[in-house]
Amino acid sequence: MITASLNAYIGLSAILFAIGFLGVLLRRNALVIFMGLELMLVAATLGLVAFSRYNAAMDGDVFVFFILTVAAAEVAVGLAIVVALFRRRGTIQVEELDSLKN
Amino acid sequence: MFDALFVFIAVFTVVCALGAMLNRNTVDAAMCLLLCLAGVAGLFVALHAFLLAFLLLLVYAGAVVTLFLFIIMLIDVRGSASSPRRRIATVAGIAALALVVAGLASLATRGRLALPQPPPGLPVGESLKAYAELLFTTYLLPVQLIGFLLLIAMLGVIALSRKAP
Repeated sequence: MITASLNAYIGLSAILFAIGFLGVLLRRNALVIFMGLELMLVAATLGLVAFSRYNAAMDGDVFVFFILTVAAAEVAVGLAIVVALFRRRGTIQVEELDSLKN
Repeated sequence: MFDALFVFIAVFTVVCALGAMLNRNTVDAAMCLLLCLAGVAGLFVALHAFLLAFLLLLVYAGAVVTLFLFIIMLIDVRGSASSPRRRIATVAGIAALALVVAGLASLATRGRLALPQPPPGLPVGESLKAYAELLFTTYLLPVQLIGFLLLIAMLGVIALSRKAP
């Protein structure tokens, strides 16, 4: 039986979210940026599950269901876009994908 | 206050998340992400959300990370020739980092939530019947919308991955 306070879970969730956010900001590989997005989604679900447990309510848990589904759909479409991008441009470094700028 | 097991899982998860974000090798990053997700699933178990822990492992570890690995092998990412960052990008990154740090500091200093202990009695997240009741009564419309979203995503992926004429 693991016991930890709600603050601990929320703090951990915030730290995970920040790590994912930093990954999105710092990395220039589109795949790693996607991993950062996934990490942020998972951090949000951790917060929801913790709130749900400590409030004895089911709604957070059910919301996590939907987040998981949306994340799966998002990753499928996003990776398909990455593959199409790589086929057409030969790179997935986001700095080199600037053809909208000119 | 802190259980030793909780501290262990939390540190493991954070270290794996850092490894996933900072690793130069993309395959290693995906593996670190997998371990990080396993840690989060362990935390879900600690929160008595057994079904969600199982689903997290199934969907993320089973599908998402595997898809990442497939794509990494498919497009054969070479090490990037790191071009210098532009100044505006650096400024924006520092500003965003400052915001994140300010948020974490504010959470650490003032984020004292009520409800320090889980309520007594059987945890509600344990029973599958509760999930089913909510999903098929209160949240029936979102479930159907999510179904349509998955259908649209499937069609979109098929359209995207077709060879361009």
